[in-house]
Amino acid sequence: MRNAFAKEVTRLAKKSSKLVLLSGDIGNRLFDDYKAIPNSNFINCGIAEANMMGVAAGLAMSKLKPIIYTITPFTTTRCLEQIRVDACYHDVPVIIVGTGSGLSYASLGPTHHSLEDFAIFRAIPNLTILAPSDGVELKKCLNEALKLDSPVYMRIGKKGEEIITDKSLKLKIGKSVTHKKGNDVCLIGTGTIMPEVIKAAEKLENKNVSVHIERFHTIKPLDKNSLRKIFKKFSLISVVEEHSQIGGLYGAIAEWRSLEKYHYNTRVLSFGTKDEFMHDIGSQHYARRKYGLDSQNIYKKTYSAFKK
Amino acid sequence: MKILELKKKAAIARSRIIMNSHKTNTPHLGSCLSCVDILIALYFSKLKINLNDINSLSRDRFILSKGHGAAALFQILAMRGFYSEELLNDYGQDGSVFAEHPPAPDYLPGIEAATGSLGHGLPIGLGMALASRITDNPYHVYVLLGDGECNEGSIWEAANMASAQSMDNLTVFIDSNKWQATDRSKDLLGNPSHVDKWEAFGWNTYEIDGNDMQEITKVLAKKPKKAKPTAVIANTVKGSGISFMEDDNNWHYRIPTFDEVKLAFNELSIDL
Repeated sequence: MRNAFAKEVTRLAKKSSKLVLLSGDIGNRLFDDYKAIPNSNFINCGIAEANMMGVAAGLAMSKLKPIIYTITPFTTTRCLEQIRVDACYHDVPVIIVGTGSGLSYASLGPTHHSLEDFAIFRAIPNLTILAPSDGVELKKCLNEALKLDSPVYMRIGKKGEEIITDKSLKLKIGKSVTHKKGNDVCLIGTGTIMPEVIKAAEKLENKNVSVHIERFHTIKPLDKNSLRKIFKKFSLISVVEEHSQIGGLYGAIAEWRSLEKYHYNTRVLSFGTKDEFMHDIGSQHYARRKYGLDSQNIYKKTYSAFKK
Repeated sequence: MKILELKKKAAIARSRIIMNSHKTNTPHLGSCLSCVDILIALYFSKLKINLNDINSLSRDRFILSKGHGAAALFQILAMRGFYSEELLNDYGQDGSVFAEHPPAPDYLPGIEAATGSLGHGLPIGLGMALASRITDNPYHVYVLLGDGECNEGSIWEAANMASAQSMDNLTVFIDSNKWQATDRSKDLLGNPSHVDKWEAFGWNTYEIDGNDMQEITKVLAKKPKKAKPTAVIANTVKGSGISFMEDDNNWHYRIPTFDEVKLAFNELSIDL
């Protein structure tokens, strides 16, 4: 995904001199092509994210289009107040890209995990929250984000994510995507965990369960219309996210549902990380299994709930 | 504008800030009075502003990073003509735009950045200064910091980067009134010399009396040093201009009584 980001941002910089890419001293060689473009604007702000966010807001207030790129915890919680005040209170178009999100950097330890970003950002006014699942969706998200005149947070993975997005998809911010239609159960997913969701669906289908898959590349604004249709149709929905079970996509859906006038007779399962820091270190796959975010567990839990 | 006229404007601003504090229970008088002279000098003798096109992309920018000086800024923006002085009648009323800190720019003409949380104005100002270079649109960015505000790490992150980026269109005033909200700045800052610090960060540095109009205008008239940002260490007095408020940190929060307002107006030679 990060290569797709570098490629797309380079393509866009050739078209617009308003684009300013700010990096927090990461992405060694990643942006060489970008930097090679005559008059392209690249600023390595160093390891000083609070300042970088303020600088980006200052650029955006001056009618430029800054994009910030660094490892997720450092472009989110590290400089949260600058995001809240400088970008969101001023409501200026800063695009905040967090790379290595969720458990992508599982082996680097909890300082590099980002499992609270949806929860924290959802409560901040004016901020759009995007979580593309692969390089294709990322490019579409970035292009749509640049059309907005307000701040955007985009949470991306690392490299080599499986492509699951249809290239012809007409992506619209705030509008979920039906990845696959089905009739018995619905799996809702967001971001780079999608391949596990798709594999879980395959396992369910092998058991003759017809599965609908809905992908939420936008966490905020939440696609309520899509949720209404899904909740009316399905009595079992599993929500999967590489994020804490507190305050993420599941949390957003639960909040929405509790305020709906209509009473949905739907059971919802939440697949996310627990309310804890992960002290036993391993690969992303290990971390996903630990928190039940692997396809096998999603399949097993969903299937057993379906059978009840 | 001549020094004498600027001084007169500063006296008027002081009187309005004090009356407003009394009428609306607005605190931070000491902090407002220490920076009034710098604000008056900037708005009436330096900033490139077009009142017919206040959002012109080539305007000079001023950011009051020590946002708790807003009560001073609000009066001076009205005096400068950004909005009518009647608008200030809303001050302290429910639903008013006049918070104790500057609002978002869309909500009040003349405001460049909503500040109040300390340590934000310099990074934003640096972004604006960089935008001038990127868009090849020459303008100057001025940022006023409190000396207490320089506790914040983000100030020094920005100080590093501004120097690394050779931002000669960026000037910082440090309103060094030697007090923070609850303590003497020197007791909290370690090495009290701002000059040493900003010079060490690669800035072109001046030290002036920040309540002396002559010295402020003189430093503003200097041509920026090539490829270096400028830091003006403005030695000021908290509560400057009113004898019974000067260097008394109680006026960080105290509200003047009507009798104190009368005394203050008398000292300023302004009719009540």
